[in-house]
Amino acid sequence: MPIDSTPLDFLPIALTFIVALGFVVTTMFVTHKLGPKRKSKIKEDTFECGIEVQGNARIPFSIKYFLVAILFVLFDVEVIFMYPWAVNFKELGLLGFLEMLTFVAFLLVGFYYIIKKGALKWE
Amino acid sequence: MGVIEKSKIDITKAPEGVEGPGFFATRIDKVVGMARANSLWPLPFATSCCGIEFMATMASTYDLGRFGAERLSFSPRQADLLMVMGTIAKKMAPVLRQVYEQMAEPRWVLSMGACASSGGVFDTYSVLQGIDRIIPVDVYIPGCPPRPEQVLDGILQIQELVKSESIRRRDSEEYKQLLAKYKIE
Repeated sequence: MPIDSTPLDFLPIALTFIVALGFVVTTMFVTHKLGPKRKSKIKEDTFECGIEVQGNARIPFSIKYFLVAILFVLFDVEVIFMYPWAVNFKELGLLGFLEMLTFVAFLLVGFYYIIKKGALKWE
Repeated sequence: MGVIEKSKIDITKAPEGVEGPGFFATRIDKVVGMARANSLWPLPFATSCCGIEFMATMASTYDLGRFGAERLSFSPRQADLLMVMGTIAKKMAPVLRQVYEQMAEPRWVLSMGACASSGGVFDTYSVLQGIDRIIPVDVYIPGCPPRPEQVLDGILQIQELVKSESIRRRDSEEYKQLLAKYKIE
């Protein structure tokens, strides 16, 4: 069966995009125009449960926290690989087990490395 | 096994308007009012026992969600209705005031219970004698504390206000004067 598609066949897709964009633009425009508005210094202020704001939220904080968080995410994600392996444990057999062992060994090397580097030291 | 009762959920009735085959025309402030009234987002400012009564109002027996107000907003930015529940100490007054001021227009205030409305039994130096000394209040609920039915009634009163509010009210001179009276910019 020959496929004869013309660029015109993609018109519905273009129309969908135009309608989607038009809907967003129109609703945003209308809500901004229709709704009542009131601006003041207190209104625009940061919301801190009604208490006066102390200082700025954009302050430098310890890189250690960031490092620990990233490392956590890294190891956390790797645990996800254990689940499919655990589900198919019997089918994968000894080979799967050895592969997983290699994987965990690599992880442990990385773990040893970060401990040696002192990445988890807080002091 | 009992017979499962048929759902008694009612859909909000359409406002008055001109109807014909395939079209319906009405005033925009009626539609806006209907939409606003049936999707109020309350900000619970609960400081004492009225707050406990409010929890009962939110829970399954009384279920404020039936009136479209189940979505509590803990930020004034998205809230439509400020529900002040409980004793407001004078130290708390500026906090309440700032929360009110940071709410987006249009906004309504419900004062629940004797303490919020008038200071209640706490006629002392430390307690604000009614929140209407610092912010304008739309509906008062009497009681110490009020029963959930009364809270529901209060919400319905607010809904009536919301439905009947003119779309231009918040820009009106009268409203500006009201805010000026409370020295709110």
